[in-house]
Amino acid sequence: MLAFTLRRALQAIGVMIAVGIIAFSMFRFAGDPVNQIVGIDTPAAEREQVRKSLGLDDPVPVQFVRYFANAVQFKFGISYQFRQPVASLLMERMPATLELATVATILAMVFGILMGVYTALRRETLLAKTFQAVSLIGISLPTFLIGILLIYLFAVTLGWLPSFGRGEVVKIGWWSTGLLTVSGLKAIIMPAITLGLFQMTLIMRLVRAEMLEVLRTDYIRFARARGLTTRAIHFGHALKNTLVPVITVAGLQFGSVIAFAIITETVFQWPGMGLMFVQAVQSVDIPIMAAYLLMVSLIFVTINLVVDILYTIVDPRLRSTVSRAH
Amino acid sequence: MTVPVLSVRNLRVEFVTRRGTLRAIDGVSFDIAKGEVLGVVGESGAGKSVTGLAAIGLIDPPGRISGGEILLSGMRIDNLPPEDMRRIRGKRIGMIFQDPLTSLNPLYRVGEQIVETIRTHLNLSEQAARKRAIDLLAEVGIPAPEKRIDAYPHEFSGGMRQRVVIALAICAEPELIIADEPTTALDVSVQAQIISLIKRLGRDHGTAVMLVTHDMGVIAETSDRVAVMYSGRIAEIGPVGDVVRNPLHPYAKGLMGAIPTLAGDDKRLVQIPGSMPRLSAIPPGCSFNPRCGFAFDRCRIERPEPIRHGAQSVACHLFDASAKDSAA
Amino acid sequence: MTDAAVPRPAEASTKASRGTGWLRRALDSDIFYSFSRSRMTMIAAVITALFFLLAIFASVLAVQNPFDPAQLQLMNSRISPLWTADGQSPFLLGTDEQGRDVLSAILYGLRISLTVGVLGMLFAGTLGITLGLIAGYVGGAVDSVIMRIADVQLTFPAILIALMVNGIAKSILGNKLDPMSMLTVLVLAIGLSSWVQYARTVRGSVMVEKSKDYVAAAQLIGLPAPKIMLRHVLPNAMGPVLVIATINLALAILTEATLSFLGAGMPETMPSLGTLIRIGNNYLFAGEWWIVAFPGIALAGLILSINLLGDWLRDALNPKLR
Repeated sequence: MLAFTLRRALQAIGVMIAVGIIAFSMFRFAGDPVNQIVGIDTPAAEREQVRKSLGLDDPVPVQFVRYFANAVQFKFGISYQFRQPVASLLMERMPATLELATVATILAMVFGILMGVYTALRRETLLAKTFQAVSLIGISLPTFLIGILLIYLFAVTLGWLPSFGRGEVVKIGWWSTGLLTVSGLKAIIMPAITLGLFQMTLIMRLVRAEMLEVLRTDYIRFARARGLTTRAIHFGHALKNTLVPVITVAGLQFGSVIAFAIITETVFQWPGMGLMFVQAVQSVDIPIMAAYLLMVSLIFVTINLVVDILYTIVDPRLRSTVSRAH
Repeated sequence: MTVPVLSVRNLRVEFVTRRGTLRAIDGVSFDIAKGEVLGVVGESGAGKSVTGLAAIGLIDPPGRISGGEILLSGMRIDNLPPEDMRRIRGKRIGMIFQDPLTSLNPLYRVGEQIVETIRTHLNLSEQAARKRAIDLLAEVGIPAPEKRIDAYPHEFSGGMRQRVVIALAICAEPELIIADEPTTALDVSVQAQIISLIKRLGRDHGTAVMLVTHDMGVIAETSDRVAVMYSGRIAEIGPVGDVVRNPLHPYAKGLMGAIPTLAGDDKRLVQIPGSMPRLSAIPPGCSFNPRCGFAFDRCRIERPEPIRHGAQSVACHLFDASAKDSAA
Repeated sequence: MTDAAVPRPAEASTKASRGTGWLRRALDSDIFYSFSRSRMTMIAAVITALFFLLAIFASVLAVQNPFDPAQLQLMNSRISPLWTADGQSPFLLGTDEQGRDVLSAILYGLRISLTVGVLGMLFAGTLGITLGLIAGYVGGAVDSVIMRIADVQLTFPAILIALMVNGIAKSILGNKLDPMSMLTVLVLAIGLSSWVQYARTVRGSVMVEKSKDYVAAAQLIGLPAPKIMLRHVLPNAMGPVLVIATINLALAILTEATLSFLGAGMPETMPSLGTLIRIGNNYLFAGEWWIVAFPGIALAGLILSINLLGDWLRDALNPKLR
């Protein structure tokens, strides 16, 4: 178990180093770090001076190690457009993104699992077919169109919900939360639905497919032959076996949710990391782009690791083969 | 005369597919008495397993029972509402499937699965059910049952897992056990143990057993009577000794000829030419006629009905005394 | 889990390799089996074809060239659709801020969206198939490097990678790109973000085929490796690749639209559907819903029809996967 976790952790570190190389290449070669320090009209001689003082004439591997060492301490350089340290900019916006992603994931999980189980067990009903059709549309409709549609309905036409921003936020230490105020809660409804919809259809389809698969297995047939109640078979046996892969996917999807938040945050002008990233791409603010890549990768890799470990806890087969192997 | 535990009368099972309706079982009748082991033998696709599934009410759409009746101790069960049938499954009829590796839910401890089944059918407390589960595991020959009860299925070997499956099948003292190829997926060395276990349990509890297998050796060893199935029908049924030593039906003859014996060293094994017809292409008349060395005109037109011949019953025109007389 | 939507390589390739009649057999059994489903597919096919035709004949059908500033008149700005009280001929779907006819803009935008989508799909396909063939055929270290990159990339959503590529390209080429270079950058970004599915599938098929006798025979008679791969191994992977390509086309169009919507795609001087939606979004609060609604409907309809086609194709080529 420990060895397994260690091996996974090593793999995670490997991925982070690979992403680090990409981020460094972006930082070093695509953008010129000298631009962080000097103005556009700075003479060449002065630029050269700055270049030396930043150590940019050192061998590239040395620079990489330096960049990485800084990144580990969350020093990502200075944003071109804001003229502020990237790390503090990101930290300021991280709570907004994480809150949005968490609420969206919870919505997606709850409704996705409920709808998936329903469509698997009551395949022929009208409601199940409606869910299926909606899921196809949910996968085909671009996120930003859903957002625009919601804004038009609930903000422009009905005036029930705010069309942009986070509402009022409360500071808890360095974390700012919108979940404790009424206006904050109202503000998160539409963005969370927009962001969660795609994941929900994904989870629904997955739960349905897995459930149907599990219902065909021998142990379900045997459970029926033992005369267990339909309820016990569906919710005791089938659902538990279905949820093992679903947990994995839903967990892994959390990373994607954070990345997809880029779109949702743009539509709703949600002041998170994604919105800042889009603005950075528009204005070619390389330090922010590189830092965002590193941060999101770190979140991805951490989640993957946690999911892997969770997986072994849920599935006894893995747990024991893992512990037996070592 | 006592009422048989299981009585199947003229059973028909059909599968509705997009290419038409296939008849998997066509007019099968047999009885199993208390404490009796009936072996059902035949090639794969002959309808042995479907017969077993029909008896326990587990034929799923697109399949359906389209005719005949099934009686459990004199009570008709093939037309029961699903909920009533569910109460019979596991309580009055136990079932053992082929593959013990996949028959148990991998995410639950074996104890949890046994206790769950016991408490579904018997009004017992958690502790009492657990105690019973341990006794059952001991009875099916699992060493240190009070420890093993908390193990997961994957922690057992194939043979031990099949013992757990058997414990699950008998946990509510059923009148009938249907064992569908219970030894096929096991090592040869373990097969004999499982067979003798099933036999012993049947004897100790007076349970009727329907043993479905393609292995004549297993049948010869365990069964009191044997039914030979061929493309959805019973070709021959009778006491196991008679059928093995003196098979009547040409197909049964071929089947027995295909068993190697220690004594008959110089004789070549007989094999039946051709293969069983697919359900979508069953020939008219006797379905065995294209492969039968004794087939005559009538076999190609008229379907043979079971005819009593001593203790045996055989569905073959060769044994139709009246027809033979008129032909001669 | 991400390739739930795509046939598993091994299964798909054994199916394809069973004979040349696979398409015929699929047509035989699965279209006719579920007529209601195939009726939906027929509609999807017709709509998809219609979109392509509209794009091809955009310049004939449109009442104006929305890219030509000389043809735009400010006095025609913000006219609502024809059937509303303030509608004016010939602007069927109304006009936008600059007096651009919304329908004409959609027709021209469709052309851009489809061009980027098709080119992006082709680039992703070429890249993915090539890398997949190399990885599967050469094996060893080359294989593990390619597949490791694929694994890492697969954990990141395509849109993030496309945005990254986009940002890097702009920082190298300069922030103000002319529309044609932007189009190239978009194709590049889409291709680099979505080659993985092709590579994995093709690699899987190659692994299966490689061990077969005819490949050994081809090697024995001295055929060069590229020839063996292209002539003998690749055709066996074509079924699943076709499915991926269809679904990938929808994804490519979606990615382009999203990038353009985010302001990292086609500029307003040469708008795609995504750019039109971005522009229209600004007028939503003024009640001018038509500027965003119609491009939105066009985009959603296009993607949905292609997805339906892809779904059907997957089922038809591989009935086992539902």
